[in-house]
Amino acid sequence: MLNYIVRRLVTMIPMMVLISILCFTVIKLQPGDFTTQFLTDPRITPEMVHQIRTRLGLDKPPHMQYLTWVKGILTSGDFGYSFAYKRPVGELIWERMGWTVAVAGATIVFTWIVAIPIGIFSATHKYSFMDYLLTLLGFIGVSIPSFFLALLLMYLSLHLGGTAVGGLFSQQYIGAPWSWAKFVDLLRHLWIPVIAIGLSGAAGLIRLMRANLLDVLGTQYVMTARAKGLSARTVIYKHAVRNAINPLISIFGMQLPELISGTIIASIVLNLPTMGPFFYDALINSDQYLVMTFLMMSALLMLVGNLLADILLAWSDPRIRYN
Amino acid sequence: MRPLSQTQLMLRRFRAHRLGMVGACILGVMYLVVILAPFIAPTDYLQQRRNYVNHPPTRIRWFDHEGRFHWRPFVYRTVRSRDPITLEVTWEEDHSVKYPIYFLVRGPSYRLFGLEANLHLFGVDQESGGQLFLFGTDRFGRDVFSRTLYGGRVTLSVGVFGIVLSLVIGVVMGGISGYYGGAVDNLIQRFIELLRSFPRIPLWLALSMILPANWSSVKVYFGVVTILSLLDWTGVARVVRGQFLNLRTKEFVESARALGVGDMGIIFRHILPNIMSYLVVTATLSFPGMIIGESSISFLGLGIKEPMTSWGLLLKDAQSMDVLLMQPWLMIPGFFIIAAVLAFNFMGDALRDAFDPFVSKASF
Repeated sequence: MLNYIVRRLVTMIPMMVLISILCFTVIKLQPGDFTTQFLTDPRITPEMVHQIRTRLGLDKPPHMQYLTWVKGILTSGDFGYSFAYKRPVGELIWERMGWTVAVAGATIVFTWIVAIPIGIFSATHKYSFMDYLLTLLGFIGVSIPSFFLALLLMYLSLHLGGTAVGGLFSQQYIGAPWSWAKFVDLLRHLWIPVIAIGLSGAAGLIRLMRANLLDVLGTQYVMTARAKGLSARTVIYKHAVRNAINPLISIFGMQLPELISGTIIASIVLNLPTMGPFFYDALINSDQYLVMTFLMMSALLMLVGNLLADILLAWSDPRIRYN
Repeated sequence: MRPLSQTQLMLRRFRAHRLGMVGACILGVMYLVVILAPFIAPTDYLQQRRNYVNHPPTRIRWFDHEGRFHWRPFVYRTVRSRDPITLEVTWEEDHSVKYPIYFLVRGPSYRLFGLEANLHLFGVDQESGGQLFLFGTDRFGRDVFSRTLYGGRVTLSVGVFGIVLSLVIGVVMGGISGYYGGAVDNLIQRFIELLRSFPRIPLWLALSMILPANWSSVKVYFGVVTILSLLDWTGVARVVRGQFLNLRTKEFVESARALGVGDMGIIFRHILPNIMSYLVVTATLSFPGMIIGESSISFLGLGIKEPMTSWGLLLKDAQSMDVLLMQPWLMIPGFFIIAAVLAFNFMGDALRDAFDPFVSKASF
């Protein structure tokens, strides 16, 4: 197992190199750079723009810029410098990492807590009215774009007299020390982004859980367990559900990209202090090292997420062997 | 009795799938409506009306204010008034002026299928000052209903062109990968892995920044299509590669080769027809991703560019809380996105079941 993990980690290195080259190419293909916005500014002369370019290193050929950047990461963990914020990129991203992980984590918890029981219910009440209704709702859930769901939830909340819309905290709690009231306020804000980001994933998971459990319920060992006199409850929860959940663990890794995409868009709509709006501004400003570091981080997160899902699967299912 | 052909069997299984048929019908109507958009839209989608800014949807009535029933539905003239204290603009109906709604009325002229026309499916007499805003108007006084129809043209056709492009790239790359195998296969597979190791939305956004700001909206439209397919073809390529790997060792391919058929002949005459069903299913199930992708990047202002419009771009106006409270009708285009995506999901599922020879009865 350890051998397998090490091998996977080693293959990630060339992958990350290729990913970084791809990110850099995408950014360099964009017309103009950070200084383009100054060209139309009457207070800044073309000479000054030229000076800024030289100072930021944008006048050097692209491959030199790339190599300098990579060298910085490898030798001193320096992910470059944000032109717009005039601060190191690593610091900036690290500040927003906390809330990004918190929102994404809450969404994952929501997805699984909601989807697994509903999936079990749907499978054990196959072809009942509720099963059809939940399946239909599931279909609708996968079909709503997260940004539109965020808008809808905001609208509903505003119309029902809600004030906890947009952001993660009410005005008076921003910057306030942590307290129970602040936590409750956070929860009152958090449900909108969590549902907006997590609904489509939850809907997909419900369908998978239903299908998996139905497969398992049709196997012979389930029939044997029933025949020897175990109650339906014991058979379903002790025997069938455990085996039906196992394959879903690999889905966990596949959900990550959707989660990251959803977090970005929903955060822009709802104005959350995560990486979403931050990445968007950086893109618009051509703040190249910020965009690159963000893209690389999200790719790395996906590689690590997939590896974790594989390890978890191997740990939970003794039939799987990695050699 | 003649046995049914494979295609007939599939069609029969597809028709038995109720939700699939519902999806197919919804899509049929949607595509028909957006193709005929200039005819169905009562007004020009670009016309700005300074006197009708942020007008709520016009109420269509069968009963007048005295409670009398009219066979022909009508709308009242609306008058703008301003609350003297809050300065809030409200629209009130003027019960003295009625505009009946007619089928096939003359209105702004348009071009459709190369023909110049001014006949519209329905509407009120615009010469006498009647206005009919089914979905209200936006902040420039443009009719949201007409804009939704024209936006549908863009959103739904981006899906079609995008899928065609990703099918072409996917079949070529997947085909080469699966048919020749070896080092080429390895290289293409690593490249696909590379593309798939990114979450889509951020990379799409970064790619759409490449489109120059001075491009016309038509150029931007095709740029968006290209960007969407650049990340989408990998799914097609995987399916195609798997099928090529599977089929190239089959007897019928071997015998074709023994008869002296060349590589191209084997690929196009013998292997591709066998994987058509997989391609149809993959293509149908890629539509939702395309539509949501286009809507998302247009919604964020990095996709389709004015004066062209799309469902996502229309929703961009509904981003702030004030608008959500004061002009909620601007959210209507979003329901069309849901309907289109839902219909494609229904149809894709039904097609997958219908093409699967091992499923005897379509589930659900």
